[in-house]
This record gives sequence, C-alpha cells and structure tokens, in this order.
Amino acid sequence: MNFDDYCGVWVFIEQNDGKIEGVSLELLGAGRSLADKLQVPLSGFILGDGIRSLASQVIAYGADQVYVIDHPVLKHYRTESYMKGVIHLAQNYKPEIILYGATPNGKDLASAVATDLNTGLTADTTMLDVDVDKRLLEASRPAFGGNIMATILCKKHRPQMATVRPKVMKALAPDSGRNGKVIEENISLKEEEMRTKVLQIVNDVTKKTNLADAHVIVCGGKGMGDLQNFQLIHELAETIGASVGGTRDVVEAGWLPHEQQVGQTGETVTPKIYFAIGISGAIQHVVGMKNSELIIAINKDPNAPIFDVATYGIVGDAMEIVPALIEQFKSLRTEKGGEVSYV
Amino acid sequence: MHIVVCVKQVPDTKIIKINPKTNTLDRRSAPAILNPYDAHAVQEAVKIRAKTGGSISVLSMGPPQATAVIKKSIEIGADRGYLLTDRAFAGADTLATSYALSKALERIEKDLPVDMVICGKHAIDGDTGQVGPGIARRMDIPPITSVIEVTEVNPQEKTVLLKRKLTSGYEFIKSEMPCLLTVEKEINEIDYSPMPNMIKAARYEPIIWTVNDLENVERTKLGLKGSPTIVGKMFTPPRPEGGKKLEGTTSQQVSQLMEILLEKKDLFTISKA
Ligand SMILES: Cc1cc2nc3c(=O)[nH]c(=O)nc-3n(C[C@H](O)[C@H](O)[C@H](O)COP(=O)(O)OP(=O)(O)OC[C@H]3O[C@@H](n4cnc5c(N)ncnc54)[C@H](O)[C@@H]3O)c2cc1C
Repeated sequence: MNFDDYCGVWVFIEQNDGKIEGVSLELLGAGRSLADKLQVPLSGFILGDGIRSLASQVIAYGADQVYVIDHPVLKHYRTESYMKGVIHLAQNYKPEIILYGATPNGKDLASAVATDLNTGLTADTTMLDVDVDKRLLEASRPAFGGNIMATILCKKHRPQMATVRPKVMKALAPDSGRNGKVIEENISLKEEEMRTKVLQIVNDVTKKTNLADAHVIVCGGKGMGDLQNFQLIHELAETIGASVGGTRDVVEAGWLPHEQQVGQTGETVTPKIYFAIGISGAIQHVVGMKNSELIIAINKDPNAPIFDVATYGIVGDAMEIVPALIEQFKSLRTEKGGEVSYV
Repeated sequence: MHIVVCVKQVPDTKIIKINPKTNTLDRRSAPAILNPYDAHAVQEAVKIRAKTGGSISVLSMGPPQATAVIKKSIEIGADRGYLLTDRAFAGADTLATSYALSKALERIEKDLPVDMVICGKHAIDGDTGQVGPGIARRMDIPPITSVIEVTEVNPQEKTVLLKRKLTSGYEFIKSEMPCLLTVEKEINEIDYSPMPNMIKAARYEPIIWTVNDLENVERTKLGLKGSPTIVGKMFTPPRPEGGKKLEGTTSQQVSQLMEILLEKKDLFTISKA
C-alpha cells in the first residue's frame, strides 16, 4: 500500500428525505480544521435519489469538493447499495481520512465499508486531531473502564476511518459565497440485484424524547437512591418546564427508558441549563453533556468529578436541596402568577 | 431453519467499579456475564425457532472461561455452542474479530447451512457495534442493524420481514435469507429458562475450536497482527477549571442558586400563563 496515493479528508453527508443530518454539517466543521492542518482538500460525499441540489449546502459548510452519486436505487438508505457507492468512491479517489456521523445508518455503513476496504474504524469518537508529520488521524473516545480517553490510531491501513458522535463537533457558519467543485459519479446499481427492500419508513416523533432539543434538562443519577426518590427529578423538571434525563446506571436500574439516557451510549445534549443531580460525572456521561451552557451539579461528595465540569456546584444532599428548589420555584410561580419557562 | 447467534463474554459494567485514585478499572470487582444484547439475540432466535422449527447454534470467541456464556445461551434455549479460543485470536479489534468469527461460521456452515446470523447491537465493554456488519460483509450476506422486531420469517421463500430503528422512527425491511441481524434490547423480554434447559446447560460441554480447526485461515489477519487499529495513548481529558461552589447551609445554597438562575433572564422567565 503506497500511502502517498492517499490524500484528502472526506465526510459522509447523510441525508434523509433530502435533508442533511446535523452531524454531517458538524463533521464538515471538524474536517475543515483537519484538512487545513494537513493542507489537503476537504470533500463531502453524498448519496441518494434527487439530491444533487444539496451539494451547494455542503460547500457552504466548508467543503472544497462534493462527490455526488444520484441514483433511484439510493432513494432510501440500504447497506448494500450505499456501501457499493462509497467503496467505489474510496477506491477511485483514495482519501486518507473518512469521517461518518455515529448515527444508526452512519455506523452501519462505516462498519461494512471498513470490512471491504480492509481498514481500521474507530467507533463513537468524541475528539479528533491529526499528527501532521505522520499524517495520522488521532481519533479519541472514552476508554472502557476509567475516566480516561484512548486515542485510536490506524498506522498501516488507508483510509483511516472514524464514526463521530453527533453534537460534539461544531459546524461552521454557512457561507453561500464559498466556491467548490461538484463531481458526479455514476455507478451501476440494479434494483433486482438488491437483497433488501425498504417497505415503509415511519417517522415517530412521539418515541423520540425532546432531550436533544431541550433548553433545560434535569438529569438524575444513581445518587437519587431509588425509584421513589427519583420522582423528585421529575417534579423539579415539571416545575421549571424542563426535560428529564438520566445516567446509564439509572436506565439500567429501570428508572427511565433508554431514550432518556445522556452520554456516550445515549443522547448528546447541549441545553442552556443542565442540572446534574446525584451524578458522579463518569467520562461516559460527561462526553454527552459537557457542552451545555450552564451546568449545575448537586452531589454530596465534594470530590465527585462532575464538579470539574459544572459551572456551579452545590455540595450537599439532593434529598434536601431538590425539594427546597422545587419549593422556591413553586412559590415564585404563585407570586408572579404564571409558568416558569425558557424563552 | 438454522440460526447462528454470536455472543460475547463481557465484564458486568453495572457492577464494575473504577478506582478513583488510579482511574483504572477494578477488575476483581467485575463478574463476567453474557453481553446483555446477546442474551436478547439468543432469545429472539428461540422465538423464531418456535415458529419455524430448526435449530440454534451459538458462537463465541474468547478465553476458555467464556464457555460460561455458551452455557448461559443453552439455558435460554440454544441447541449447541462453539467456542473459538486460541492465543492467536488475542488482541483482535473489530476487523480481526469479524474475520475469525466468519471463518468459524464457514466451518459451521459445512455441517449445516446457515439461514440467519443474529448478533447483539453491540458489546457493552466496547460499544462499537462493528462486528456484526463485518461478519455479514465477509459472508456476503445483507446486514440489517438495529432490529427491533422480527415480524415474519418465511423459510420456504427464504425471506424475512423486519422492523429497524432509525434516528427518528423506524422502518420496515424485507430481506432475503441468509442475512445477519443485530438486535436492540427492546426486541424482546428474556423468558425465565425452563427447567430442562437449566439441566441441559449445566451438563453441556461446548465444542471448542482453536485456530487449527478452521480452514483457509490467513494468520496475519488474526488477533493483534490482523488489527489495523491500535491504542496510541491513554490520557485524562484536560480537567476543566471547575466552577464556583455555592457554600453555606442548604437554604443559603438554594437561594444563591435561585439568584443565579433568575439573573439569567434569557434562560429562565416567568411567563404569564
Ligand atoms: C462502554 C460504556 C458506556 C457507557 N455509557 C454511558 C452513558 O451513555 N451514559 C452514562 O451516564 N453512563 C455511561 N456509562 C456508565 C458510566 O461509566 C457510569 O458508571 C455512570 O454514568 C454512573 O452513573 P451515576 O453517576 O448515576 O452513578 P454513580 O457513579 O453511582 O454516582 C452516584 C453519585 O451520586 C452521589 N450521591 C449519592 N447520594 C447522594 C445524595 N443523597 N445527594 C447528592 N448526591 C448523592 C454520589 O456521591 C455519586 O457521586 C458507560 C460505561 C461504559 C463502560
């Protein structure tokens, strides 16, 4: 394998129904800085049916080039058809780095592509950098067991690939004046050769909690003790018009459904206010909430790592503080005669 | 109908504790369990077999102690189990793991053709979810990840109807068999194991394979050697400054907090209902 043949940073632009996923735009932002450091072009690649017009948006968000494969067979995401397209592009144009959003489809696609390209893939990355001299992608993720991060490298194979958690990277402000090149590729795909068919797609917004879009989140941890005490979390949230989240331990205990888990294997959230109550602050939790604007931690252990990421910390017993806080907000509500809410 | 379920032994991360001083895992505290998602995978195979007939094999790669997860799978209802265990497999990343497992599947297939492979969504000690699709690619069968319902299996037509979870909603998929599914926890509830299964599991001796039992294996694709990814460095993330601690009695702390919250007028307001 001649590494000199491999050049450029690529980002998979995931679209559903002609709308680009937020994480793809975030990755264009992150990819831009990697490409600048390596002094190579940044490219987006997009697959679908009738999606050509999205290329300009990809350029506005930072790409120098966009590879487009527009084909009726690519109407809905399917591993088989999308994988063929991506492998075709990667083998022809030989990027040195490919980034994918760690969404269900992004992870599915990246895993299949990595196998066929016989290369390394790092899952659920939360930090990205490059070693410019060695031209190595440094993809970091929380390590199993321990409040430590591990940087994963792929030294002997190209392209270097990673899936990246949504909402941890920052998208650039779109600039419609940016110039870029659009490259259309044709590949031969036949519907009758596909072994899978998408019969129906159902958008179910009721199942999706509003965590990802919530302005205020009250998140409770195992420190709440039991399911009954955990009701305090619900009560505070209700009083201030917030959404409820929990740690993995809370979800494992059955106090909340998995949809409400915040962290590495749950949602990544960026609300205006995040209450972390009875949460130790394990790295797998922190990666999912540390970009919140204002973090308020309540924990009885003064050395709990959650205080390192909190804007304001209260060392104390949640069983006393939370009811007092609820009381304060309730009386404020009675006094002013209205609802507490975020505007 | 022959279903193969891939299972992994993992440390129980619910119980495992981290030593806060050294930031490392206290391994003594961690009992080894069957990866919870894989338990659901075995359970789903049992549900399918109840409708279609046929048999279930489980396949695991790991140290000799991993026979425990095969016995556990037998308890849930699998018919037989294979354990791949050899130093040659040690240190494998997802690419090398899917290679080894697909070679074992090739061997299993020689005795009994495989109609479906089921894996858990991911293993809780790594959370990558990359091995399932990797196996599917190597076997050249379609992978369908994040499955939340197996709606219909038609062994005659060799097709399966599935419900797959998406970022916001779900989709119905029809796939030809053989295919590979990775399943979410909500796909089923694990049944209590019937007594005969428990007895069978207690006595069961898994079929043990080493690298020499596999055919046409390229050794350079196994274990650490066959793993393109390596851990470059481990580091404690830059410790943020940490914020201001609110001191005093509970009520003092609470009123300071109220002040902060209400001062941020753009964050919190009382709106007239
Ligand atoms: C691969 C992997 C993925 C993971 N993914 C996630 C994830 O997505 N999200 C996630 O959250 N975790 C995840 N974890 C788990 C994570 O490592 C932690 O175990 C978990 O976040 C801890 O949850 P906790 O803070 O609720 O519980 P604990 O760590 O048990 O902390 C409880 C805290 O409550 C405090 N407390 C106790 N009583 C009180 C009281 N009366 N008042 C105030 N404070 C009190 C204690 O001092 C303690 O700090 C993952 C782990 C692994 C290995």
